[in-house]
Parts: sequence; structure tokens; C-alpha cells
Amino acid sequence: MSTTTAVVRKNTYFDSVSLMSVSTKANGLDGVEQAFTAMGTEMNKGVLENLGLLTDELRAAESGDLMIVVVAADGSDTEALLAEVEDLLTRKAPASAGAAEVTYRTVASAAAGIEGANLAVIAVNGAYAAREARKALESGLHVMMFSDNVAVEDEIALKNLAHDKGLFMMGPDCGTAIINNVALCFGNKVRPGSVGIVAASGTGSQEVSVRVHALGGGVSQLIGTGGRDLSERVGGIMMVDGIRALAADPATDVIVLVSKPPAASVEKKVLAEVAAAGKPVVVWFIDGSEEAVTAAGGHFAADSLQAARKAVELAGITGPAVEEFDAGAAAAEVVARLAEGQKYVRGLFCGGTLCDETMYAVRDAGLDVWSNIQKDPGFRLPAGSASRGHTFLDFGDDDFTNGRPHPMIDPALRIERIVEEAGDPEVAAIVLDFVLGFGSHEDPVGTTLPALREARRIAREAGRHLEIVAYVLGTDLDTPSVVAQSDALRAAGVTVTLSSTETGRFAREIAKKAQA
Amino acid sequence: MSTENTEPTPAARLFASDLSVVNVGLALFDADIAAQGAQVSTLDWTPPGGGNADAVRALDALERAGVAERIEAANAEAVERVMAARPMLVGFDRALDVVPGMTPTTILHSGPPIAWEDMNGPMKGAVTGAIVFEGLAKDLEEAAEVAASGRITFKPCHEADSVGSMAGVTSASMYVHIVRNETHGNTAFTNLSEQMAKILRMGANDQSVIDRLVWMRDVFGPMLKEAVEFTGPVDLRLLLSQALHMGDECHNRNGAGTLLLFQALAPGLLRSSFTTEQKKEVFDFVASSDYFSGPTWMAMAKAALDAANGVADSTVVTTMARNGVEFGIRVAGLPGQWFTGPAQRVVGPMFAGYKPEDSGLDIGDSAITETYGFGGFAMSAAPAIVALVGGTVADAMGYTRDMGEITTARNPNVTIPALDFQGIPTGIDVRKVIDTGILPVINTAIAHREAGIGMIGAGITHPPAEAFTKAATALAAALA
Repeated sequence: MSTTTAVVRKNTYFDSVSLMSVSTKANGLDGVEQAFTAMGTEMNKGVLENLGLLTDELRAAESGDLMIVVVAADGSDTEALLAEVEDLLTRKAPASAGAAEVTYRTVASAAAGIEGANLAVIAVNGAYAAREARKALESGLHVMMFSDNVAVEDEIALKNLAHDKGLFMMGPDCGTAIINNVALCFGNKVRPGSVGIVAASGTGSQEVSVRVHALGGGVSQLIGTGGRDLSERVGGIMMVDGIRALAADPATDVIVLVSKPPAASVEKKVLAEVAAAGKPVVVWFIDGSEEAVTAAGGHFAADSLQAARKAVELAGITGPAVEEFDAGAAAAEVVARLAEGQKYVRGLFCGGTLCDETMYAVRDAGLDVWSNIQKDPGFRLPAGSASRGHTFLDFGDDDFTNGRPHPMIDPALRIERIVEEAGDPEVAAIVLDFVLGFGSHEDPVGTTLPALREARRIAREAGRHLEIVAYVLGTDLDTPSVVAQSDALRAAGVTVTLSSTETGRFAREIAKKAQA
Repeated sequence: MSTENTEPTPAARLFASDLSVVNVGLALFDADIAAQGAQVSTLDWTPPGGGNADAVRALDALERAGVAERIEAANAEAVERVMAARPMLVGFDRALDVVPGMTPTTILHSGPPIAWEDMNGPMKGAVTGAIVFEGLAKDLEEAAEVAASGRITFKPCHEADSVGSMAGVTSASMYVHIVRNETHGNTAFTNLSEQMAKILRMGANDQSVIDRLVWMRDVFGPMLKEAVEFTGPVDLRLLLSQALHMGDECHNRNGAGTLLLFQALAPGLLRSSFTTEQKKEVFDFVASSDYFSGPTWMAMAKAALDAANGVADSTVVTTMARNGVEFGIRVAGLPGQWFTGPAQRVVGPMFAGYKPEDSGLDIGDSAITETYGFGGFAMSAAPAIVALVGGTVADAMGYTRDMGEITTARNPNVTIPALDFQGIPTGIDVRKVIDTGILPVINTAIAHREAGIGMIGAGITHPPAEAFTKAATALAAALA
């Protein structure tokens, strides 16, 4: 049998909406079959009458009196329930946390509502990204667009709009920028300094910024352009504007350009800016040629390490002596331990430019290289196919990331592949990169170590030495730091290289010697 | 001597400022940016049109150069008409005598058109109650037969210059407000508040409900009619504006508005030809519920919004109305067309003894208040009822701010003190609803899903996105 308790609190006023809300909460209390809190108005008494709960006491309540009715389930403590209901009535709202945090729904309202808002990071589905970017630019915000799968027509329109407004349109598909010493999306914690970077390549620019830092230099700004900026159609709009902005920036002494080689017409345009910059410009066009750069008065860099070294030198910084990795000697030691038939290097990368740099280093030794990002279609290896010869895979490329997070965030796919490659008796060495910093996995080495141990076990049990080479892209200021991650790798028997460029050299020496 | 005084470029300004990021899409970047000491605000972002490809295609067409400018100009005109409208309460009378097209067998209902057999419980309850009230049937059972017989003309209130709260059921001998828009000359009508919870508009229809309707027809309505003859026209926009300053949003909270309206009418009521006893009945009846003025504000909004109907090229919404099954909207630039989607659930506190599954779906023409810019849109004017939205005063402010994102203007005639007297967000733009993914917020009552019971709670709801997608598609076809 349930029991009904009705109480009338004379001359106690609550507004009807609060009371309905309390009723709703009270009905959720354990042991309550039904609860009702309301002022003693005719309307409320009518509702109680319909429910068969109107007692004489309640009937006598007036509109300034509070009625509390609790129908308690069998065995419940009615008095305790009544007390709980009264507690709901007196409960105070949580103390206001000062200025309430405002959540905006649209770019335009955030731009209007936040004083000093100056940049939008756009990482929505590519189908909607252009629309959001346009709104950001129209609201006077610079844009960094992480989204990809944006039509080239949209990219051109957005970049023209940005250019007309004097704003940056970094991207689409721009993963790295450092603005005012704040790394955006994927970036490393580097010292503030006088080297300004404009880059069409995410991991390429991360590598340069990290090397500049390691050499004692610092970064003023790192402006991303998105990978398609220097194509014929887009015409390098963002790179040109980026160079001009850094040329005008008093905090920037040296400019570094990072990109795959531009389309010919765009290269001409970019090099004209190099000539007009009025400050030294170091140009690293990955796998590019020296002649035109030098002719334009630029400082040609053949690789990322050279780009960083030249930049730091031109900025007049004498940094700490940096340890060098003797690729030739180290490779000789490795090859001495290899079994018959272990001939090939397999590179499994998260960073596209890191993959490029090592792949080209091996190719430049006259060896055939296979890759999912090979320019030569004859040597292209789609995702899902087995490795052959010297293979270099970019797990960050679209055909691997389709529908899953970038390997810098989720290394699962590469982890599987490491174990797979270890079982191949033709494999002499596996080369890996680990990218630290903002945006990246919180412990990329730690999450990969079990697979590395497994790979070495497989090789050992087959009577082979498997060389595992790893480069950790990061700084001592990153979390986790490059030091801790490198130490963990060394402790697991991994050879740790000290730059992307050295990684390429080491891979090349191993490939040459193993295949010889 | 000339000094160089060149404006710094936006890039130079960026480099010289503290970075303040608006983060769109990936929340994981928020913490990284904040950890580096920069300002970051991550949007509560939703894809345009709820991710519906048709909606986005229509929006793209409406945003094309040439089209967009025409729409901007038309919307400015439409919203100017709404804001310039001056609705005056000029009288009360029997629906049959004043509502256009009314016949003794016409029954008006809320929302878009609907056939008898498709009506939900509360609306069927109200219709049968009205048929009994009009003497067209002897009881509810016979009334259902009459309703199904084809002898009754069913019509949306909105298609008879009217609005009706909840079921909106209005029959020939019910008294209605007559609200005339002095600026544009059009008139709007709505019936009288039945006060209480167990009432016809909520689907209740027992003898007590019918008896009350009879009294309203014979005493309440005629006395109100006489009262306005004495007082002269009452400026409703002025009273609405005052009521918002006194803590009403004039849809779910009407305490101040009812006092103001009653204050305006009381001298006329006193001078009317009725007995003191009848006057006391009327005073008591008005005092029995704050809702007395609720319908009045609906008619006020209707009179203003109708002035924008037919402004060519305009994407401003002039009607939001629900019949308990479908939610329909109408747009200024496409007069007479309804764009519909399924009526939604209303979420909010309920009377004791009722559960969410007892609720009928969203019903009534009262969303005309949000269409004008009060009700849920003016939540920040009525902090006393934030419990309705389950939240805090800050949430209430957020509702009004969000509605600012989907509207065309701020109405300078009706302002909100807590927002530094910012005007209410006015002129819902179909394009902006699609673009932002923000749906209008509607404060409303909850009727029991079955006939005969009545009101069981109150809360908030939204229109179905589908209605806006259909409207945008039709607008794109017509304008682009």
C-alpha cells in the first residue's frame, strides 16, 4: 500500500515553473510514486482533484500557499521523502563561475563577440570547410584550414578573397603553423626567434623548425600554405603573401621556404619574391634543383638539415655543437650482421616529407624505390599491396588515412605493418619516424614499442638481425620530449638518428651495402 | 615635412597581437592552443542544414551573386514591415461576425491544413467539444460522427487571418480578439483564453469545459467587447514591450502582460452593462490564470507578421504553426505555401502524475510569438522561467543570442533590459537557419496525447529541420 502525505506551507511562494521543475525532479526520487509541488491555485487544485489527491487540507489552501503532496511507495519513509522534496525546493543554484563562458555556434558570431579574435582554425568535413573559411575571412579572421577534400576552385576563390583582404588563407590541408609562438594543429614547441618559415609541407616545416631549434635558433612565424598552393592552378598565392608578410616583419631576419618543387610558372613567381624580399631566403624545394634558386639570389638547400643550418647561420646564430651521426660507419656495422638474402630497406612513415626525404636519398644512390607516394607511376605501390624491394610508405597519405585518423594520432595501421615486414626474410632494416608535438599521439614510441619487440623476436627466431632505425621529430620542450622518446627507443635496441636528413643517409648506406 | 602614416597590414597586426583563435570542428586542438597561453574559443558547430545535401544546394543557389542582393533588400523590407506594424486591440466579437470566411459549420484549427481523420487526440477532443458547444451534436459521440461526415469545414486559423493556441479550435459563436495593424491596415483574430488546464484547446471536452465556453460566449466575450468600446483601441506592441521589461517572454510567462492588459481593460469592464456579480466573475476568471493575455500577444504578432506576407524575394519566415501532427512554416516571398515536417516532442517539466510518454506532440499557432521575436526568442527577458529550459540564466541569455544568428534584425521597439536593451531578434531567415544549423527555439505547453485530458506540462521544442529544407528548396527554385 502506498501512503499519501499532503502538506500545505502557508504563505510560501514559488513560481509555477520552478515548482513544475521541482515536481519533475521529486518524481525521480527513490521511493516516490508520485510527487506534486504547486501553489494552491484553483487550477492546481483541479489537477489534484483529477488525480484523486485533493484532501480537505489541500482544498483549503489558497493561492499564496504551497502544496506538497508525496505518494510514497510501500515501505518508504514518507517523512524522509518529504524532507528530500523540501530540500529540492530550497536548493540553491551553483555559484556563478564569474564571467560565464560563452559558447558560440557560428564563426561570424564568435568573430563579432570575441574581442581580438584574429584567426580561425577550420577542421570540419571538407564538404563544409570552404563555406566556414569564407565566413571567417569575411569576418576579418585569418584562416588555417586543416580540412582536406576541398575543391581546388574553392581553394582559389578563398585565397583570392584572403589576398584581397590582406589575410592569410593557410590551407586547405594545412596541418602545421606557428603563429606568434603558438603551434597550431600539428607543431612543435620551439624557441621564439628570427627564422620565419613559409611551407607547403607539414612535416617538412616541422622538421625545419625543430632543427632550427636544435641548432640554437628560433622561429618567428611558421606560415603553412597547404600542399596545393604551388600548383599551376592555385599559383602560390599564399606562399607569395607569406613571403611578403615575413619580409615586412621586423622580428624575422631570415626566411625559409619549404615545398615540393613548384610548377614552373609558380616557381618563377616565388623566386621573384625571393629576389625582392630584402632579407636572406633559404629555399628547400624537396628534390628540387639549385640553379634557379641561386640565380634569384636565394640560398639553396638540398635537404632539411641544410635548410636549417643555412637559416641559423644567416641569422647569425652560433648554436651548440650538434652531434653528428656517422651514417657510413654505422651502416657498415649493421650490414656486417645481416644474414644472406637480407637486402632491402622498408620505410614506414607518418610524415610525408620525412618519407620523401629518405626515399629520395635511397633513390639518388641509383636504387629502385617503391612507394605509395612515388612520382613515377611504374614504382607506385598502392596501400594494401605487399612491399617490394626498397619500399617507403607514407601512412599519412590519403589512401591509408581514408576514414581513419592520421597515423600521427593513431599509429595502429603502421604498428601492424612493422610486424608484417619483420617476417620478410629480404628485409635488412625497417626505418620509422616518430612525430612529437602538439596534435600528435601522446606517446607514439610507447605505443609502438611492443610491436618493435615483436618484430625483433620474429627476426631473431628466424636467425636474422633486423635493424630498426628510428627518427624522432621533436624538441626538448615537447611533451613527451625528444630525449625521453629517443632513450626509450635505444633501450629497446633501436638505432636513433638525429635528423630527417641523416635518416635518409643512413637508409641509403644500408640499402647500398645490403644490396651490393 | 611629410610623415609616413601607413595603416599596418592585417598580417602585421596579427604578428603584433596576442593570438586569439576561433576553433571550428576539432575540439582536440582547443587544449593544445590553450596550453600555449593563447585565447581559444571552440564553436558548438553543426553542419549547415543538419548535413542535408539538398539544403546546402538550395543555400548555395540563394547565396549566388545577384540573388543574394535581391534577397537582402527584400528581407530588409519584410522585417521593416513587421517592426513598423502597430497592432491595436480594437475590439472583441463573435467569430461568425468578424472572421473572414467563417460559417456556422466552419471549425478553424491550429497549424497547417489537416483532415479530421489525421488529427491527433487533443485536436479531435477540441473539435468534438466545439461541435457539441455549437449545438451541432448532442454529445461527443455524435460530434465525432458529424466531424467525419463532411458537413464541417476544417480550415487552418492562419488561412482565416487568425491564430489559435494549442488545438486552436475556433467555432462560429466563440468570441475572438480583433487586432488591427494601424500601419498596414490588416486585421488578425484569435479566441479567448480559457484559463485553467482542463480546457478545450488542450483537448478536454467534458461538461465543465462546455459550460465554461458557454459562459465565455454569453458573459466574458460580450463584456470584453463592451469594455474596448469604452476604452478605445489598446496599443498592444507598447504593452508587449512593457511586459518584456517586467520579466515576461509573453508565451509561457504572461504574468506582467496580463496585469498590463487587464489594467487597460478594467475601466471599460467596470463601465459595461453587466451586473456587479458578472463583473466579479470576469475579474476572478482573469485572476485565475496568468495566461489571460497569452492569446492577445499571439494576435498582435500575427497582425504584424501578416504585413510581410507577399514581399517578393524575401526568405523571412512569417508563420510557424503546428497541428499536433505536422509543423508548418510559411515564408514572406512565397505567400500561401506551407512547408512542413513532423511535429516534435516538447521537453520540459510536467505536472505530477504524468510522464513524457503521455505528451501529445508539439501543437498550436502560438509559435507566432517566436516568429515575431518573443517567447523562446526572448528567453533572456524572463529569467524566472529558465527552469523550463532546464537551465540557468546564462542559458537563457544564450537562447536569445543564438536566435540572433538566424534572424534579420533587432526590433528596436521591443527590447530586453538584461541585454543592455538590445531589441528582440526579429525576422527568421530560412537561409540563416540552414546555414547555421540553428533551429528556432519555441517555448510551449504540453497537452496530453489523448482527447479529454488537457494540459500536462510545459517546455521547449524546435521545428523539424525538414520544413526549412523544403522552404529553402522552394525559394531556390523560385528566386535563383
